[in-house]
Amino acid sequence: MDLRELYQDVIVDHNRSPRNFRKLTGATRTQEGFNPLCGDKLMLYLKLDGDRISDVSFEGSGCAISVASASLMSQNVKGKTVAEAEQLFNRMRALLTGDGQEIDLESLGNLAALSGVSEYPSRVKCASLCWHALKAALQPPSQVRPTEVSTE
Amino acid sequence: MSTVRTPRAAPLPTTTGFDVLRWRRDFPVLQQSVHGKPLVYLDNAATAQKPQSVIDAVARYYRETNANVHRGVHALSECATAQYEAARDKVRSFIHAASVREIVFTRGTTESLNLVAQSYGRSLLRAGDEIIVSHMEHHSNIVPWQLLAGQLRLDIKVIPITDEGTLVPGAYAHLLSSRTRLVALAHVSNALGTVNPVREMIALAHRHHAIVVLDGAQAVPHLPVDVRELDCDFYAFSAHKMFGPTGIGVLYAKQALLEEMPPWQGGGDMIRTVRFSGSTWNELPHKFEAGTPHIAGAIGLGAAVDYLQNVGMDRIAGHDQELLAYGTEQLLRVKGLKLVGTAPAKVGVLSFVMDGIHPHDIGTIVDQEGVAIRTGHHCAMPVMERFGIPATARASLAFYNTRDDIDALVAALGKVREVFR
Ligand SMILES: Cc1ncc(COP(=O)(O)O)c(C=O)c1O
Repeated sequence: MDLRELYQDVIVDHNRSPRNFRKLTGATRTQEGFNPLCGDKLMLYLKLDGDRISDVSFEGSGCAISVASASLMSQNVKGKTVAEAEQLFNRMRALLTGDGQEIDLESLGNLAALSGVSEYPSRVKCASLCWHALKAALQPPSQVRPTEVSTE
Repeated sequence: MSTVRTPRAAPLPTTTGFDVLRWRRDFPVLQQSVHGKPLVYLDNAATAQKPQSVIDAVARYYRETNANVHRGVHALSECATAQYEAARDKVRSFIHAASVREIVFTRGTTESLNLVAQSYGRSLLRAGDEIIVSHMEHHSNIVPWQLLAGQLRLDIKVIPITDEGTLVPGAYAHLLSSRTRLVALAHVSNALGTVNPVREMIALAHRHHAIVVLDGAQAVPHLPVDVRELDCDFYAFSAHKMFGPTGIGVLYAKQALLEEMPPWQGGGDMIRTVRFSGSTWNELPHKFEAGTPHIAGAIGLGAAVDYLQNVGMDRIAGHDQELLAYGTEQLLRVKGLKLVGTAPAKVGVLSFVMDGIHPHDIGTIVDQEGVAIRTGHHCAMPVMERFGIPATARASLAFYNTRDDIDALVAALGKVREVFR
């Protein structure tokens, strides 16, 4: 295994300068995420306009994998509908856990930089944290949502 | 007045003649490669490796002896009982306890501490009593007291720690009062490596008629321990951190306390008679060992004690101090690295953080170089909170570690810098 498969340039870059790393004023949904094992913490903000995610941002602290994953996610879900974002969640879960599904990396764009994670079982949770937070944030508010998602 | 003096490092026993490489050969796990690199095992505070003699003792028990203890007249059962009780006596001698009646086998440190909380604490403490713990405790020396405090409405007071990772001088004396009934304290901190001045602290507690429970999990692999000299009331530790099997540990307790305490768990072996009108308890220490114990584990622990006594705890402590000094010096040369826990009296635990790089990433990258360290909160979240960090990377030493191991860690940290350049 080559470390560069995990720490691809895109990951290192998004860790160093995370995109959409701020509090979102006017957020319609917020979701906390916590990984008790390594102390990674995340607050995800979404602004929904009807069925569309018009803006997204996050704050928190964590390892390079978790920060880069959240940064990449924020870029990729902006402008998507709830259904499209949920579909992306499913594909990312398959990618990160390496569950054997055939995934078209090309169609994932820069998210494909997370393809090395599945080779490092202890890091899957780091990369998944923000995606679980997204999934929870997309639940209709009428449904009871967890106050905090955890990858433990 | 503070009678808790700032701890000073014990005088270094001479390490000349400590043949690390000779002892290292006794550990099969250490002979392997990981990710194509020779394994450098620096996660000893999590669990230590086992010498061949311990592995053999466990295997021999299952191969030649396996039988239940204390309940058979047949040859194998008598033999198993003799070996199990011989292990107890080895442990007694290892920590210099007066009697085997004072050595209770448990599942480990965690179970030992819970036993004290639920047997001693639950029956002898009262609402409004106070328990003192320190800010550097492992969760297993916090949560059992919190559970007890919830059951009995006790108050828990916390001794604060300094930026170096020592107990704030004078704070403990200040917290002690006539309401203090119990002090629960790490002999050695797993997250910081600090050796606490427990002897003085125990004497001070006794002057307030409080009893002291020491968490010795990280002390026994590094230091000679003499429970009578310390005069502690309880001492808890785990076999797996002292080169023995997992799933077995020890609670040492002064006999008078054990006699006063009710049983914790009920079942076979801990009773003398059982009638529906009421049961009576077995003699010490069996009153606290309900059910079939981890016989092979106890025998393996006995073998670990034999092994450590053969190496010599004084020599182990000397080597530990020498390697700690070398490791501290080398790590401080790594750019952007900060040690967390710089007490004058420490064992070989090197907790650190690096500028702008999360410990979890450090752990993954050095692992690819064959270097095993632990990253995270080390089951000491209050310590992380105190230092305002989510986690640390931690290299923890054992007597089979060498300067080469430290050098390999430092080289691997160079790779970490490269990845994040
Ligand atoms: C200081 C300290 N106390 C208690 C424990 C708990 O030991 P165990 O998990 O073996 O019960 C540990 C081990 O992690 C420790 O380092």
